[in-house]
Amino acid sequence: MFWLIPLLPGASAFILAVFGKWLPKKYVSWQACLSVFASFGISLVSFFGLLKVPPGSLPVIKTLFHWIQSGSFNADLSLQLDPLSSIMTLVVTGVGLLIHVYSVGYMAHDKGYQRYFTYLNLFTFAMLILVMGANLVLMFVGWEGVGLCSYLLIGFWFEKHSAANAGKKAFIVNRIGDAAFILGIFFIFLIVGSGDFRAITGAIEGGAITQGMATLIALLLFAGATGKSAQIPLYVWLPDAMEGPTPVSALIHAATMVTAGVYMVSRMNLLFTLSGVAGQVVGIVGALTAIFAATMALTQNDIKRVLAYSTISQIGYMFIGCGVGAYAAGMFHLFTHAFFKSLLFLAAGSVMHALSGELDMRKMGGLRKYLPLTYPTFLIGAIAIAGVPFLSGFFSKDAILTHAFAQGQYFIWALGLMGAVLTAFYMFRLVFLTFFGPERIESHAKEHLHESPRVMTVPLVILAFFSIIAGYVGLPVVLGEKANLFSRFLDPVIHPGPEVHLGISTEWLLILVSVAVALCGIYIAYVFYLKSPRTPHRIVARFPALYKLLYNKYYVDEVYNAAFVKPLVNGSQVVYDNFDLKVIDGTIDGTAAATSFAGKVLGLFQSGLVKDYTLVLLLGVVIFLGYLLF
Amino acid sequence: MIPVGYFFSLSIVLFVLGIIGFFVKRDLITMFMAVEVMLNAANLAFIALAKAAGSPAGQVIVFFVITVAAAEAAVGLAIILLVFRQKKSIKAEDMRLMKG
Repeated sequence: MFWLIPLLPGASAFILAVFGKWLPKKYVSWQACLSVFASFGISLVSFFGLLKVPPGSLPVIKTLFHWIQSGSFNADLSLQLDPLSSIMTLVVTGVGLLIHVYSVGYMAHDKGYQRYFTYLNLFTFAMLILVMGANLVLMFVGWEGVGLCSYLLIGFWFEKHSAANAGKKAFIVNRIGDAAFILGIFFIFLIVGSGDFRAITGAIEGGAITQGMATLIALLLFAGATGKSAQIPLYVWLPDAMEGPTPVSALIHAATMVTAGVYMVSRMNLLFTLSGVAGQVVGIVGALTAIFAATMALTQNDIKRVLAYSTISQIGYMFIGCGVGAYAAGMFHLFTHAFFKSLLFLAAGSVMHALSGELDMRKMGGLRKYLPLTYPTFLIGAIAIAGVPFLSGFFSKDAILTHAFAQGQYFIWALGLMGAVLTAFYMFRLVFLTFFGPERIESHAKEHLHESPRVMTVPLVILAFFSIIAGYVGLPVVLGEKANLFSRFLDPVIHPGPEVHLGISTEWLLILVSVAVALCGIYIAYVFYLKSPRTPHRIVARFPALYKLLYNKYYVDEVYNAAFVKPLVNGSQVVYDNFDLKVIDGTIDGTAAATSFAGKVLGLFQSGLVKDYTLVLLLGVVIFLGYLLF
Repeated sequence: MIPVGYFFSLSIVLFVLGIIGFFVKRDLITMFMAVEVMLNAANLAFIALAKAAGSPAGQVIVFFVITVAAAEAAVGLAIILLVFRQKKSIKAEDMRLMKG
């Protein structure tokens, strides 16, 4: 009955979309949350059921009906459950459930309450279709579905010009990736003759795909992933996506949708492994994104934007994992990241809620005594993402970096390590600026300063709990061959790459380096923002150009604007002026004018005088008779 | 016995008179009478042919024509009456609402 997992939120979204207007808020909240809760329950049951299934009979497939049958091409509406999708469903429904509950409190006073939950349920449905679809066609449906929901939810407050624009930006940038993605799918259809994942696996194992073709397809698919998962060069939409409600940022733009690319690459891991080159590209793009986004996060003052850049950077880590062939490690980071990043976003939302919507960290400070629950949970999230030992982020990030090192990708490893310092630094900059130091809160915000209601804090506490313990399902190999339950669970799906074993001492050394790096980042942040708060200003004064470059996010938006948006808009204007206005409008206006002129001429014959008409009649008779007689 | 050609000649003369009357007169009543003349010209031709051919079919047609003409006269006169009420005139050229 695992096929009910996506259908329950889907049905709920349908009901809310049709009848939402007439339903009371209370009912809407219950239905939306319960549908996801039921999904989560079924996911859990299916997960435990899956543990008993022998690996040979994976994946479990449920075909609902034959969807497309055209010539030799078939696509069924069939859902599959295997370890990979099972983990994804647990993440999507589990984190999704908590965010639904949190939203009940966060959106309580919004006039678009029903609409919001419709979208949120619809998103859950689409995301589950994406991860459970048994063929590329269905996966693509989910892929586009989550893109649509992302657009709808970013632009949720569409009265705000910036929100509407951010929605459009996200949608359009994603289209670029999707165009490549769908091309990749077409190539697979062309060669394999089917979009079914088992058929693709069979074709790759049977040698039907050449290495060059595999590279082409894998790169096209990965281009799609860079759009959806906000990697270089298509990451620009994600920071702007923060215009949406904060729970949306947590669910869609941190925990689930943006990791769809990682899921897809892991799903197609055979292809990337076969190609080799494509895997290398994935790793390098991931590493560059990880460090590039981390540097941009250093100077941002908007609390959500820092988290957005952090998300881009962390997804970069996941792609490093995929790129070096450690798909399980990448998925593991996806898994732990879902908890601590949604926790961070929700806690940031709670801070905003407390400060009447303030986002600027320069107007916060000293909040820890006002927010007794938000503060410790946020801190746990920050520690987890920074990579401090014994919390989840440490295990997953370390797994990725260790694998990168083991595969001999020292360049990627070094970039990842640098990114880790920066991550620890900017996260603690966030913590220190928000919760410590002098209060810089504006007076009107201070009047309403309050901890969030329980419906919002309970999800925070649960997520904080998982941010701590989620890492223990994937312990490093040094603690025993069988310590990494997560990776062993994924074994049936993930093609085991070339195993390279590091010596025990090397591995411990790498772990120590990671720990040192994380603590180092935290210490720098402590020095900069607590011990001597003048330091950042001195550094800015010393390197004004560098600061300006970072503060303006390397001017990437401006460059894209100048290179793509402007020429497109100007070109469209030219085409509009010359083709639309002159050719198309000219044709239509001309037709109208010709008709009108013909009418005028013919109108002359209609004199309105009976005699004229009878004269014509008479002439007609005469001609007719003349014709008959002669 | 008068040859049938005479009747035809009279019929044609009447018909042409009707046409001329229709086109030269300006008030609707006279034009209407001209139409009646044309109808009766046709009737005359029918009767003459019926007599010459010894078939009653022509006479039957004439009865139909007379009936239709009577109905048409009633409707036509009523229209003319209404036109007069509206326009205070029964000149044909005053009625050109349908001019294009």
